This record gives sequence, C-alpha cells and structure tokens, in this order.
Amino acid sequence: MGAGHTHQLYRPGDTVIHRLPPQCKLPAVAAFAVVVVATPREAFWAFGVYALLLAAVAAVARVPARFLLRRMVIEVPFVIFAVALPIIGLGERVEVLGLSLSSAGLWSAWNILAKATLGVVASILLAATTEPRTMLLGAQRLRLPQTLVQIAMFMLRYMDVILDEMRRMRVAREARGFVARDVRHLPVIAKSAGALFIRSYERGERVHLAMLSRGYTGSMPVIDNLRASARSWATASLLPMAALATAVLSWSLT
Amino acid sequence: MHVPDGFFNAAVSIGAGAFAAAGLAVCLRGARRELDDRTAPMAGLVAAFIFAVQMLNFPVAAGTSGHLLGGTLAAVLVGPYTAVLCVAVVLLVQGFFFADGGLTALGVNITLMAIVTSVVGWAVFRLIVRSAPRSRAAIPVAAFIGAAVSVPVAAMGFTLLFWIGGTAPIDVSSVAIAMGGVHVLIGLGEGLITALTVSSVLAVRPDLVYGAKGLKAKLVLRTADGASTEVAGGPAPAPSRSLRPLLIGGALVTVLLAGVVSFYASSSPDGLEKVAGDKGLNVNERGHSLGGGPLSDYSVKGVQDERLSVGVAGVAGVGITVLAGGAIFYVVRRRNRQGEAEGRLDGDKVSA
Repeated sequence: MGAGHTHQLYRPGDTVIHRLPPQCKLPAVAAFAVVVVATPREAFWAFGVYALLLAAVAAVARVPARFLLRRMVIEVPFVIFAVALPIIGLGERVEVLGLSLSSAGLWSAWNILAKATLGVVASILLAATTEPRTMLLGAQRLRLPQTLVQIAMFMLRYMDVILDEMRRMRVAREARGFVARDVRHLPVIAKSAGALFIRSYERGERVHLAMLSRGYTGSMPVIDNLRASARSWATASLLPMAALATAVLSWSLT
Repeated sequence: MHVPDGFFNAAVSIGAGAFAAAGLAVCLRGARRELDDRTAPMAGLVAAFIFAVQMLNFPVAAGTSGHLLGGTLAAVLVGPYTAVLCVAVVLLVQGFFFADGGLTALGVNITLMAIVTSVVGWAVFRLIVRSAPRSRAAIPVAAFIGAAVSVPVAAMGFTLLFWIGGTAPIDVSSVAIAMGGVHVLIGLGEGLITALTVSSVLAVRPDLVYGAKGLKAKLVLRTADGASTEVAGGPAPAPSRSLRPLLIGGALVTVLLAGVVSFYASSSPDGLEKVAGDKGLNVNERGHSLGGGPLSDYSVKGVQDERLSVGVAGVAGVGITVLAGGAIFYVVRRRNRQGEAEGRLDGDKVSA
C-alpha cells in the first residue's frame, strides 16, 4: 500500500514500450500468444527466438529479470502438472536417467511448459509497462462492450479496498486466536465472506448513488484522448510480426 | 484451475472463445435487466468481492486447502447473468493483469469457470428452491447442492474439451476419473462454504440475496373496517425469467452427460482390446518374428475414431431430443403463462 498511486503490478517508466498506446499493445500481446500457441512443438529454435524477442522487449522496457521471475511464480501449479505428464502419459516409453518416461508425455510437457511460460512472460510484460487504468481505456478504444469495460474498471478501482477489508477481517480473526485448521472452522470463514459481500454490495450502492449525484447516465466520459498514430501501431506490431515470421519459417521447415 | 496457453489446440481455444463471447453478450443484456443502470458499479464491486473471496483459503481435509470458485455463490447472491459477468471479468483481469491463465485459453477459462459453474449452479439451485416448500431454510441447502454439483460439472466440461482438443497424451478416462474425483471433493467444500456464506448474508440482509427474492411475504393492507387487500409486490422475479437459464443449464448438463456416458459405453471394449493387445504383444515377444506395432496403432486409431463418432452421435441425438422436447415444452409453457398473465392482470385490477 505504501507504493503511492501506482499498482503493484505496474513498473513506472518512460521507455518506448511504456509510451505505446494501450490499444496497440493489447492486440500485439494477444497476437503474440496466438502465434506462439500455433507454433509446432518440434521447432525448438522457434521458441528460443520467441524467448529472445521477449527478452529484447524486457530490456527495452527496463523490466529487470528478477521482477519477471518473481511474477512467474503464478505458473507453478501447471509446471507441476507438466512435470507429471511424462510419468503418467501414454504411448511408447523411453529411458531417461533410469526412469521410464512416455515420449509423447515428454513432448506435451515441453509443449505446455514452453507455450505457457512465453504467454505468462508476455502478459507480465504487458501489465508491467501499462497502467491498469489505461489498459482498460485501450480496451474501450478497441470497441470492447462498454459495460464490460466499466465493470472491469470498477473492479480494479475497488479491488484494493475490498482486499484491504478482507485483510482487516483476517487480522481481527487472528487477533482473537483464530486459526483455520479443519472443516469445523468453515462457518467462521463463511461469515467473513458473507460480511465482505454485504460490505461490497453496500459500497457498490453508495458508489452508484455518488455517481448519480455527479451526473452519471450509464456511460463514462472519456477524458484521456488516447490517439494511436500509425507509427505506434507499427512499433507495437514489431513483436507479433517477428514472431509470425519465425512461426511461418518453422511451419515451412517442419 | 486456470488453464494456461498451450494446453488446448487452436480449434478448441477458438471455439470456446466464440462460445464465451456469445455467452457474455447474452449476460450483458440479462444483467442490465437484473441491475438497470446500476450494472457497472454493482457488478464491478461484486467482481472485486469474488476476486477477494477466491483468495480466501479454507481447509478442506487434513493438510489440504481449497479456494472458492464463486460462480454459484455469485449466482445465488446477485443473479445468474450478473454472476457470469462478474466471474468473467475476474478471469479477464487475472489473465491480463496477473498473467494467471493464458490469453489464448481465456475462452476455455471463461466458458468453464464463469458460464458453466454459474449456470449449472443456478439451475440446480432454482430447481430445488422451486420444488421445495417456500421457506428460508431451503435456500442454503439448495445453494449447497447447486455449488457442489457445479464444480464437478465444470471439471467434466474440462475433460470433454480435453478429449476434443487436449495436447497431452493422457487417457481421457483417467483424466475424467482424476478430475471428477478431486472435484467432487472440491465441490463439497465449495458447496459448504457457499451455503454458509449465503445463510450468513440471509441472516443479516435477506433482501440482498437474489435467489431468495421469491420468499418476500406479500404486503397486506388492512383498513380500519377490517377489509384487507394484498398489494402485488414490486418486480418479483417471475418464473419466466428463471426459465431460460434453467433450460440452458439443463441442456448443458445433458450434453455433458451424453458425452461422458457415451464415452464410457464405448471405452469398455477399448479396455478389453487393450488387455488383448497386451497379451498379443507378449505372444509377439515370444515369437520374435511378428512386429505388431503399426497394427496396434491402427486399431487404437480406429477405436478413437469410433469413440469420437459415438460421442458426436450421442451429443447430436441429445441435441435433437432436447430441441424437440424443448419446443413442445415451450409451447405448452407459453399457453400456461398467457393464462397466468391474464389472471394476474385481473388480480391487479382488483387490488387497484
């Protein structure tokens, strides 16, 4: 909370990538993810090229590797699943270091690990170089349904408030010696969740009334004029274009 | 449970994305009916609540803990359309801001975790509430069953998608068993905490629980001379509104069941063949000369195709049956409702 007005996921900076309009970055990252997923898994070198591309983006945006690695922890459950794949997979087995592993399982473990990691890193870079609020403005400019964007805006704006309320309730519970050990403690947690819901809902009603009194008619006025020049579109499309060239090469080679 | 990139092939990802987009479009319209111009702030705050509640870990059994998916909880508290929207927004934010769940897998994630859990949970909930006697005690029980059913159904949906376009070479039946087994347990935990949360909200602010709207007692005006008139309540959720999600949920469950059941029906000979193949392989090993590799490959391929065709046929058959039955049901229902509406109009006139 002591981080001022910036979000913890966002790394403030003033690089080319930070300055790119969000409506260019969003489709660029999505297109990159699609290209990565569509790449045949046999093309090892292609994934190396993708990793290099992302590393270049991170270097230009001055996002340190430590920040990336720390945020990549989110991937861990699926890494565990991927590690299990060669052991439980079907098909012919190969001997690796004295273990009998399924070769098809090894392939798909590699497939999931490589593609998921690249996707995660791309998303982290997007979030690290784009302020959450402007990202939603970009989504709005991309003609996403207004209501959806507004819901996401309110969610982001009040997420920390709600999380803080939950944290305070947890502190209050623990200050009274509560430790959730087994199923018998569920009612206590459920009551906290119920209280949290009532607080969120009532806050929503207050927010709505406050907005009505300020002239809210169902749509948010656009204050920031996020114009994207042809040049910024071209800059943003560098990443997916380079990836696409790699993918086309890998398709023709395999 | 957030599916990352590279887990499903492109066809399934795109198909699920289209389905999710269509579902969201329907829910955007429906949520506006549930919340009017309050949609954005209310749904936003509820989405933040769901995001927070998903972080709330609760102990399931000794040593393991789970967290809430929240689809059914949101559906019971704020209505099914808003619930789908809220959970979908949570997933979108998690995908784009927290890198949790792949961007190409967003369609799969939204379909399974937002649409399937909310719709199935709400359908089961409504079914039980409407068939049970009108009482406040029925609400948490129905919420428990709805949530407990919704989680394994979502897991089965995952299995179905995995069967159609998964990239990992695992036997589908073992995926079904593993996912089903684990998620029955998770579903019980989800159901328990959903029911307890709903009942705690019900105790403090019963007016906030969308699923309990039908429980409001009618306002009775008594005048000094002893005459009493019933005032028709506000915009109580008419049965017509809850019918559509019910139908969609029912169709979804049926299709899922059809897929799974037909798969099991066709997988038992597969098991037999597998045993036979194992034995045949043993024979080959002794005989040295017969290499049965490609043959067994072909037979597996044949069985897989057969399985697929059986599954598709099953789903198609169910689809046709559901469509025909649904059409008849809809016509009958419509006639009934017209009668009801006329009756209600008369009643309004009397009370006015």
